Amino acid sequence: MGFFYAQYGVSKTMSKTMTGAQMVIQALKDQGVDTVFGYPGGAVLPIYDEIHQQSDINHILVRHEQGATHAAEGYARSTGKPGVVLVTSGPGATNAVTGMTDALMDSIPMIVLTGQVPTFMIGSDAFQEADTVGITRPCTKHNWLVRETNKLSETIHQAFHIATSGRPGPVLVDIPKDVQFATGIYTPKEKARIKHYQPQVKGDLSAITELVELMEKAERPVFYTGGGVINSGKKASKLLRDLTKATDFPVTSTLMGLGCYPASGKNWLGMLGMHGTYEANLAMHGCDLLINIGARFDDRITGVLEKFSPNSKKAHIDIDASSINKVIHVDVPILGDIAHVLEDLLKVWKSRGSKTNSAAIKKWWTQLDEWRARKCLSYKNSDTIIKPQYALERLEALTKDHPNRFITTEVGQHQMWAAQYLGFEDPNRWMTSGGLGTMGYGVPASVGVQVAHPDGLVINVAGDASWLMNMQEMGTCTQYNLPAKQFILNNERLGMVRQWQQLLHGERYSCSWSDSLPDFVKLAEAFGAKGIQCSDPQDLDEAIMEMLNYNGPVIFDCLVEKHENCFPMIPSGKAHNEMLMGDASVEGAIDAEGAVMV
Amino acid sequence: MNSLNLEKGSSKKSAYNLRNTTGDTIETHTLAVLVDNEAGVLARVIGLFSGRGYNIESLTVAETNHADNLSRITIVTTGTPSVIVQIKAQLARMVAVHDVHDLTVEGPSVERELAMIKVVSKGDNRVEALRTSEIFRASVVDTTLESFVFELTGTPEKIDAFVELMTPLGLVDVARTGVAAIARGL
Ligand SMILES: Cc1ncc(C[n+]2csc(CCOP(=O)(O)OP(=O)(O)O)c2C)c(N)n1
Ligand SMILES: [Mg+2]
Repeated sequence: MGFFYAQYGVSKTMSKTMTGAQMVIQALKDQGVDTVFGYPGGAVLPIYDEIHQQSDINHILVRHEQGATHAAEGYARSTGKPGVVLVTSGPGATNAVTGMTDALMDSIPMIVLTGQVPTFMIGSDAFQEADTVGITRPCTKHNWLVRETNKLSETIHQAFHIATSGRPGPVLVDIPKDVQFATGIYTPKEKARIKHYQPQVKGDLSAITELVELMEKAERPVFYTGGGVINSGKKASKLLRDLTKATDFPVTSTLMGLGCYPASGKNWLGMLGMHGTYEANLAMHGCDLLINIGARFDDRITGVLEKFSPNSKKAHIDIDASSINKVIHVDVPILGDIAHVLEDLLKVWKSRGSKTNSAAIKKWWTQLDEWRARKCLSYKNSDTIIKPQYALERLEALTKDHPNRFITTEVGQHQMWAAQYLGFEDPNRWMTSGGLGTMGYGVPASVGVQVAHPDGLVINVAGDASWLMNMQEMGTCTQYNLPAKQFILNNERLGMVRQWQQLLHGERYSCSWSDSLPDFVKLAEAFGAKGIQCSDPQDLDEAIMEMLNYNGPVIFDCLVEKHENCFPMIPSGKAHNEMLMGDASVEGAIDAEGAVMV
Repeated sequence: MNSLNLEKGSSKKSAYNLRNTTGDTIETHTLAVLVDNEAGVLARVIGLFSGRGYNIESLTVAETNHADNLSRITIVTTGTPSVIVQIKAQLARMVAVHDVHDLTVEGPSVERELAMIKVVSKGDNRVEALRTSEIFRASVVDTTLESFVFELTGTPEKIDAFVELMTPLGLVDVARTGVAAIARGL
């Protein structure tokens, strides 16, 4: 049967006429897609019929379309390949909106295929009709409504090109049901017209040389790296490491960039920003040369703009021209792909025989080491209650040597603690919702990562509240035998909200606790997974080992201190050098000006 | 804990006030944007402006290259210099956009707008309306015993001036196309 079908598929391609539904499958195969995350419905039945008759593409049936989008993000972020989603019209499409917005904010390549009511019914308020391209225009990089079968395959090829080139992002192709049924001519990948969208990847050499000159003279430089390094591919991370070695400059990174420079590397300062380390934030504040590599001066990074890195020359390498000079004016803008630019930068560095101002750099390191010695991530541990930081330290200790560890997170305090206490040695190992901050990201993302890496150790570090938002995907884990581990730091609180209410709303804890939580152990069993609960720090290691040794999905209910705050913290409206530390008083930390910000 | 005095208004220092441009000069720029003439392209461009809080003073669009299905959108927008730069970068990164030209900075250009102005009046006012239209080189494209429809082409300022003069003379309706603009010379 498999053999027969393969033959059949070849002859179909040769004749190049096929139905729209067949084109979808053919185009996905030609694009090298091995996995699709989806959910069927009336408007995509012809495509599902084709999926049923082939075995090259693995379809993962999620439990909610939002789950499909985050699973695709997890797949994409952990492999560097685009994630593919297939959903039906109307509610299927609207359920995918959050995931597309998330992917847009974090520049994740994703192709969403949606069914649509037949062309002759569009505009009639037909059953399950929604203006999908209208709704998703602002949350995609580009989208298409395909009205003719003859244009379908070329559009899908264009969609892959656009999702993956330049600054990656989500795209959507809306396919009316009659277009799926009708027959047309298949356009192969090579023939699809993609010429007009070719973002510049090579940086301007004179700008690169200008940056090298600044680097030669710099006394207090810092590399401020971001998700762009990871999007650019493994080579970019490698080049960043080479460049760091060649210069001995310190490196910090945004939440999205963790792993582009190894956490064990000697130049690593830790994450920067609102919950970044003392040393990273003070380096940003005190530097005289700030080199932004694939980050975007997000407000979680800069703090108050007027006081942001006040005495530095600034360079910015980015593939998206609109990111440069958007928030912070830079002296040396370099438009291009990180790997290409870093490669040229290193060439120029070597060909000029460049040397850093080593005396000054040495002095800078003395200063940085002083800041490091402040040990900003230390916390008061307890013998009786599991501190969330302690839980993550133990998780780190017991998993960091795993050759294939992947971490996803939900959104909240646990996410920031995970970023602070877990170490990432390589890119593509850390999947989190940065720009949009989407609670409910982690469970489906862990599904997508585990599908892409069946032998990987995938752990979703979750909060009790976020975890519930897409917990239905536990069913997907069980169905496909995905052993992803759900590590819930259960503080019975919407902890991050509670922290803000404590700091700036007079300790009025409005709606920020998790009442009526389920019994997570029973819930795990109900889903066919294993449930573990742990509340005593003495039992923690053993319980974590039990989770790791179980060959199947696990929900780990880690009961932690309920009122722990996440520090350091740059209160909104403050500058990098106005961080709150764990042991400091938080009275009056955020003033009226800061309170209006999110 | 400080009490929250939100009365003072929002912070002038946050990333949320990027477009709080106090102290910075507001400039008017005319942009020519070449786009694929495909479904939804105008919605994309307009959505960009509304979504990011940019101003549109005027917008015109029509297909100008039928062979390649390209339309030209002429947008008159206002903002601080950094906002104008950002608008152009945001437009240029759109997949459907082929080219963005800032006619205001790329050398001299000509701008024209077409208006049709209906004036209803009798006696001296009617005579005065017709006399004024001649000074402005407006043409009469429709007339009844008590009304004129004038057609006037010119800069937006010229049309503004004409409309102002017609107001006391019985102006009842104005239709304007918005600005079309093109660079001078080769
Ligand atoms: C979909 C969504 N809704 C609301 C929020 C606002 N929000 C941010 S963190 C948070 C609390 C998260 O609680 P939990 O998952 O238990 O994590 P914790 O902070 O307690 O670690 C909320 C409600 C959000 N980020 N996403
Ligand atoms: Mg919680």
